[in-house]
Formats: sequence, structure tokens, C-alpha cells
Amino acid sequence: MSADPLAENLVKAEYEQGFVTEIDSDTLPPGLDEDTVRAISKRKGEPDFMLDWRLKAYRHWLGMEAPKWASVHYPAIDYQAISYFSAPKGRGGPKSLDEVDPALLETYEKLGIPIEEQKALAGVAVDAVFDSVSVATTFREKLAEAGVVFCAISEAVRDYPDLVQKYLGSVVPHTDNFYAALNSAVFSDGTFVYVPKGVRCPMELSTYFRINEAKTGQFERTLIVADEGSSVSYLEGCTAPMRDENQLHAAVVELVALDDAHIKYSTVQNWYPGDEEGRGGIYNFVTKRGDCRGARSKISWTQVETGSAITWKYPSCILRGDDSVGAFYSVAVTRGMQQADTGTKMIHIGRNTSSTIVSKGISAGQGRQAYRGLVRIAQRAENARNHTQCDSLLIGGQCAAHTFPYIEVKNPTAKTEHEATTSKIGEDQLFYCRSRGLSEEDGVSMIVNGFCKEVFNELPMEFAVEAQKLLSVSLEGAVG
Amino acid sequence: MLSVKGLKASVEGREILRGLDLEVGAGEVHAIMGPNGSGKSTLAHVLAGREGYEVTGGRILLEGEDLLDPAPEERARKGLFLAFQYPVELPGVNNTYFLKAALNAVRKARGEPEIDAVSFLRLMREKLKVLHLDDSLLKRAVNVGFSGGEKKRNEIFQMALLEPKLAVLDETDSGLDIDALRLVADGVNALRSPDRSVVLVTHYQRLLDYIEPDRVHVLVHGRILRSGGKELALELEEKGYGWIEADQEGEAA
Repeated sequence: MSADPLAENLVKAEYEQGFVTEIDSDTLPPGLDEDTVRAISKRKGEPDFMLDWRLKAYRHWLGMEAPKWASVHYPAIDYQAISYFSAPKGRGGPKSLDEVDPALLETYEKLGIPIEEQKALAGVAVDAVFDSVSVATTFREKLAEAGVVFCAISEAVRDYPDLVQKYLGSVVPHTDNFYAALNSAVFSDGTFVYVPKGVRCPMELSTYFRINEAKTGQFERTLIVADEGSSVSYLEGCTAPMRDENQLHAAVVELVALDDAHIKYSTVQNWYPGDEEGRGGIYNFVTKRGDCRGARSKISWTQVETGSAITWKYPSCILRGDDSVGAFYSVAVTRGMQQADTGTKMIHIGRNTSSTIVSKGISAGQGRQAYRGLVRIAQRAENARNHTQCDSLLIGGQCAAHTFPYIEVKNPTAKTEHEATTSKIGEDQLFYCRSRGLSEEDGVSMIVNGFCKEVFNELPMEFAVEAQKLLSVSLEGAVG
Repeated sequence: MLSVKGLKASVEGREILRGLDLEVGAGEVHAIMGPNGSGKSTLAHVLAGREGYEVTGGRILLEGEDLLDPAPEERARKGLFLAFQYPVELPGVNNTYFLKAALNAVRKARGEPEIDAVSFLRLMREKLKVLHLDDSLLKRAVNVGFSGGEKKRNEIFQMALLEPKLAVLDETDSGLDIDALRLVADGVNALRSPDRSVVLVTHYQRLLDYIEPDRVHVLVHGRILRSGGKELALELEEKGYGWIEADQEGEAA
């Protein structure tokens, strides 16, 4: 630690605001064994229960194999070649914007992102990027008034150990799947939200306000708990494409909604998809699950997935409470060499539970994507309802879209509906737009945004506008 | 206004238009009639610049400027409008949004400022009234769930908004009942002006009872074989197309 008292004060001030959790962190050498897990836990100053949990997860992970059923292709990942704890910035990243893929910079220009923000997103080492700390402080005060906890999960482990111990791993257990087990053993940081009984969270919570922690993203862990009668809307990600020196991202998100609680979770995922040949793109292997634990609770996932080289992601709802409601609205775009296997699971356990799935897949270039969805109606789930709508839009002749719906019904009173369509972006639609004076690009953008409308309607207003713009930029030049 | 000389065009290697000549003066309404497969719709699509229609000879001028080279959207911005025989559905695309974007693209090309929301709404309501179209149309997605008649009227409504110099109506009368036909005709007549020309592509004389053409042309095998006044349409109605073809063969022999 520096001897300069001013610097020390600054460091402490930042720490108190909870936006920078590691100050003098360094990088652990590549490789993973029990000592790595212990070292991570120690550096974070975690209590014993956390270390024990991580170790259990690690030991379980050792006996697991990476899933192979997904419709994506990539070379095997060497887990011993990854460093599981690294300094937050400046290591291995580009030194200036000159070293960044020009195509990426062009996209930033089109989205109108200021230059300093571009640097941060592209992973260029910079000092003070945003004035986000002061903005965020104001937010924190307002949240504290309402009793809402919104902080880094490593902070929550220390400050709210009871809540963490009670809920962490209660939706996605450490044994759940290969990537979730790995995440449980080595997760770096993430977000914790707790909304107390009867509280309506006074604002949209967004990771954007915590952007200076973005570098904790490789094994991110998010836990959101909405207590009885509370409600919260959470936004994750941002529309600008983000670069990261870590190729593998294996995040876990757990949502818990108790009686009458509502959680709305919106994601705009735009990780770097790699260059034209797909080199250097992010592998995004995410486990997201919400547990409608209480009666009349509601969880809704909305996602716009445009980035990453490979996406493997199934935000799901366990409808445990009677009369609980689950929803999944998704737009996934694959272009260039991108691959996505994404969808959802709706597990109906309680009585009178209902779920809605709206999935819109767009494939361009040589993009490949699959919708994979499970609707399971358990034996005691009387009067369960599901409606699934799953549409694919193809642009050009080299892309592919697949749909893998799984429907398991064990209760005769259930009603499930599945609708699926695949269409090519019509030459006639495009010609119609152009014959009215619209440029080809405006035409494509209009047709695609029209296709995605039902999903965009679910996004918070500001996000929806950004998402539309993002989609237009992503698909520019995709036709013809 | 429109000058077509020796126009030849093929679709998938098959020659459809075989040296077509057509002169349409400013403010005139011309009807193109002809049997199935004579090339009427091909002419409409070639004028609008649809892909897949290969022009192998001849030229098209709009107000003395080449019309063949520009992309479809540029032709639209120069003042060409095609009313589709089968208007296309755009799911999720709001009709008002679509029309405003189209109008602004055309206005921009004319060097006019973008229209503001209030003026646009007023303009739309005014034009809707002419075509007896319901306000609710503005809130719906482009052509989605429209009846056949509504789709055709929506085309004319778009034309009214975009105020083209040359409107090409591709079998706009097909599939319309008599009331809808009258409304469409009223809409077209309301748009007749000394600086706007109309090309009506049609099978039947019936539309011409409501829209009186200055000239009638008969298109057979990709060429205009006969032109005349509106009385030609009546003659066709009576005799069919056979006699023109027979006539032609007689002349050739």
C-alpha cells in the first residue's frame, strides 16, 4: 500500500463506496487446483463458509465433463491455461485505441460512444473513465433509504453473510452443471441485490453504474433476492460491444422471488464476437435461473444477445409457488462466424402456474443458431399453462437456424402451445421498402426491428431504443 | 414525362419484353392492357427496378433522365411510385412509422425539410378521408391483417402521401369489389394533375369506366401492338385480344 496519505484516503474512499473491491491485486499464475481456490478466497477475505462452498464446488467439478450436446463447435478449452485471479486492468490489453480492431471502433462511432468510454469498452488501460462514482453514490443513498441492498457480491459475502449463505447456490447449486460448478469454485465478483419485504425498488438497477468493475466479468456471480411483496427491475450489460482479454466467460445468475415478489431481469449482451474469421471472440457460457419460490411471484427474463463468438445460455424459471408466472423474451442475433445455442426452461411445479416464451432468432452471414427450450409440467402442477412462440429470421443463404423444443407434461390439466416459424428476410419485403424510397439498410433495419417488436416492448424504454439501434448497426451490410 | 424506347427485358433468361416503346406526357393517364403473360407486370417491375428483371436493351427516361441505372429507392426519390399488385406485409412495422420514414426519404431527396409529427398527422388524416380509410389503419403493422381491398387502398393512400410524378398501378383493380374499385378510382382521380402522370396496368376495361385514360395501349408478346383513345378499351372488351394478334400476323405476312 502506498505511503502517500492522500492516495491512501482516496483508496479508502473508493472502497467505502464499494466500487472497487480489489486495490492491489495481482495475478495468480495460470492453473487450477485447491490452492488456487483457497488463494482466491483468501485474497477476498472471505469467511469460512464461503471457502468451504467453493471447495465443495471445485471437488465436484473435477468429476464433471464439459457438456457436448449444444449445437456449437469450438476447440477444447484448457482449464489449466487460464489464470483465475487477475489484476483488474492493464494486463495484456491493448495500449491504445490504435491496437484495437478497426471494425470495433467503427461500431463505437456508429453507436455514438464518446472516446473515453470507447477505451474502457475496448479494454484499453485508462485511469478515471467515468464520473460514475458520484452518480452512483447518489443512487446508493436513495436505495439505502428504501432499504435496498445493491453491492458487489464480494462485499455482500462480508457484510450480509446470512443472506448470502441462505440464498447463494439455492437456485443454481454448485453441482448444477460443468460451468456453474467452475463458477462456484472460482467466481471473481458480481452483483448482489436484496429488496426487503414490500419494497418497490425506486429505480432500475443497472450494472452500468458499476462499470469500473466490468473487468471482474470472467466468472461473474449475480444473486438477486426479492422478499415478499417486493419488486425490482435489473438491467445487465450495455449496448456497446465490450472486449475482454479473457476468452471464456462462465457467469451464474440466481434470482429468488418470494411470495408476491416480481423480478424483471433485462440483458443486452454485446461481447466482442471476434474478427471476421471469428478469432478472439468471447465464449459466453452462462447459467441463469430464477426461482419463483413464493406464491403469486413473477420472474421475467428479457434478453438481447448480439455479441460473443459462442453463446450458451438458457435463462430459466422454476415456477414453484402456486399461481407464479415466468416469462422469457429473447432476441438473439448471429452473424459472421457467431454461434448461439440459447433458449429457456420453464419448470412448472406449483398449481395454476403460467409461462410465456417468445424467442426471436436472427441469423446472417454464416451465423448458426439454435433455440433450445424445455417446458416441463410436473405431476402436481394443476392447470399449468405455457405458450411458446419461436421465430427465426434468416438473412442471406449461408446461415442456419434450428429449433429444439422439449415438452414434458405429467399433469393432464396442463395446456401448452408451441408455435414456430422460420422465414427468410423477404426480397419482396425489402423491395417494397426500397420502392417507397427507403434505403436498403433502413429497410432491413425496419423489417428486423418489426420482427423483434414483441421482445423490445418488454425492455425498459431507454434500453429498447438502444437495442433497436444496436440491431441496425449489427446487421448493417448483412444483406446483398 | 416517361419515355420508353426499344425496351427489352428477361426474367430467368426468358425474354418477356421485346422492344417496347411508350411515351407518356405530363399530366396524362395511360392504360396498358393485354392478355395474361404479355409482359404487363414485368413492365411495371422493370420501371420500379426490381431485382431479377434483366434489361437487355433499350432505355427508359423519366423527365429526360435515365431511370434504368438508379437503385429502386433512388427511382422512388426521383418521383416514381409503384402500386403493387400484391402489397407486401411487414409484421411489427407500424404503418405510420413506415409512411413517415418513406415520406421523409422522398422529401430529403427533393431538398425539403423533414415533416414534423403534427403536420404529418394532419396530412395523413386528410388523405385517409379521400380513400375512406379508417384511422385505425395508422396504428396497425404495414398491410398485416388487411383485407384485399384495404391493401389496395393503402397503396393509393401511400401514393397520395408521396405525391409522385409518375405513378404505375399494377393491376390495382384486381380482386376489388365494385365499391372498393370506386374508392380506388376516386383516390387516383383526386391525384390527377397537370404535372403528374399515371400508368394503369390492367386486365379489364372496368377500371377505365372510373378512371378515364388519355391513351390505351395493348401489350402483346412484350410489345405494344396497338394504341388508341379510350374507345380502344371498349373495343377490346367486346372483341377480346385475339383480333389484335390475328391482325398483327396478317400485317406481318
